[in-house]
Amino acid sequence: MIAMVREMSNTALRLGIPLGVQLDLTYRCNERCVHCYLDHDDHGEMSTAEIKDLLDQMAEAGVFFLTISGGEIMMRRDFFEILAHARRLMFCVKLKTNAVMIHEEEADRIRELVVESVQISVYSHRAEVHDAITKLPGSLKKSLAGAKLLAERGVKVMFANVLMRENFGDYQGVQALAAEAGAEYTVDPTITPMMDGDRSILNLNIERAELEQVFRDASLLGMSTEEFCAPPAGPMDEVDAMETLPCSAGHTACYISPYGDVYPCVQFPLPTGNVRTTKFIDIWKHSPQMKEVRSITMADLPVCSTCSHGGGSCSRCPGLAYMEGNMRGPSSQDCEKSYARTGVETAGMKLRQHAHSAVGLVQIQCSTQPSGMHQAALA
Amino acid sequence: MSAVYIARNKEVAARMLGDELMIMSARDSTLFSLNATASTIWQAADGRTPLAEIVERQVCKTFAVDPAVALTDAEELVQGLSQHGILKVSNTPIEEGP
Repeated sequence: MIAMVREMSNTALRLGIPLGVQLDLTYRCNERCVHCYLDHDDHGEMSTAEIKDLLDQMAEAGVFFLTISGGEIMMRRDFFEILAHARRLMFCVKLKTNAVMIHEEEADRIRELVVESVQISVYSHRAEVHDAITKLPGSLKKSLAGAKLLAERGVKVMFANVLMRENFGDYQGVQALAAEAGAEYTVDPTITPMMDGDRSILNLNIERAELEQVFRDASLLGMSTEEFCAPPAGPMDEVDAMETLPCSAGHTACYISPYGDVYPCVQFPLPTGNVRTTKFIDIWKHSPQMKEVRSITMADLPVCSTCSHGGGSCSRCPGLAYMEGNMRGPSSQDCEKSYARTGVETAGMKLRQHAHSAVGLVQIQCSTQPSGMHQAALA
Repeated sequence: MSAVYIARNKEVAARMLGDELMIMSARDSTLFSLNATASTIWQAADGRTPLAEIVERQVCKTFAVDPAVALTDAEELVQGLSQHGILKVSNTPIEEGP
């Protein structure tokens, strides 16, 4: 299955097809999760007709894997009309929801419409912890009830457990809940900046020692700890680096906001066009921003191409790098992960240490230099 | 020998990718890749046209293959896809739902 998906991705890459798209129907939500990267106001969501037309365009463009997400997808009263349209177009649909609004009727409808899976956010097995994160009293109980209704109907359910300081100690409890509910389990130890660039929520990220613990828990890895935490294999071979793409964002996948904005990925908020003014396929094929993202290979990353983790122990996200100011630069959060995996510093970490010490020197020099020279020295 | 009718199962996910048809079975999330010949049969599976007619009119015409060989291959393919819930097979025409 994995090999076949990889083969599909290779074909899509060769043919320039956007194989997978995440479409957020709304940013409105009934929860107010402390770590959420979205604002929850409606700034002018696409109408039902606009979304149906977009889905038609996406099917024609060759999109196969469609993730419908939000916000909370069930906040849209036309959710099932949109889902039914997507299924008529034979997308392979994955839903992301908190399941709070899934009752018998909704579970029946989701079963009838045959989605590939439903991913439900669960933060803790303890209601007081989960509900404190979602800021919705009773939300854990409701989410689990929704998950149960789906699982009972044979719908594939996955619990997505974002880890942060508030709930780090509870992931094994969530794993047990998932097993009990007949659900799969996935963990994400990364809090991402808000889409508007605000990085204040990053202070919710777990500590390095906790990250190390996650990366040494074989039950979370899907491979042996020795293999996952093996020392870095050294920088990527130059020839390989010229042919290796940073990730699928903009190559075989993209993200569309409730307002019709198209981005390379939900975690890569580089605006490339809007489907309200331009056809989806034209944005995908001709947007200068998409083309720029596509032009970048590992060899074009000045820091990461020299990094010893480049050979495999790095999961660099170009979107996180972009949000740090340079889509060709390292992502400090991914550097942290590589370090937590292997105990070996990344080129990005060394560069930052060097920059910090350089800043210190400049600050000393600054007392005798005009500010213009200070800026030049920093650059 | 009675006619065989085939209909696409609407519970699957499907998309053309180049000249191949990618299909994911709803039953077990198994992914299939159908070549051009098999794709032609799947796309013509309207529940009303007998398989032999699909093979004769669509497959033999497009791919210039021997009708008897093509029908045997098609029956084998249809059986396989049916087992994975991708096609519905019946000896009578199949009513398509809404």
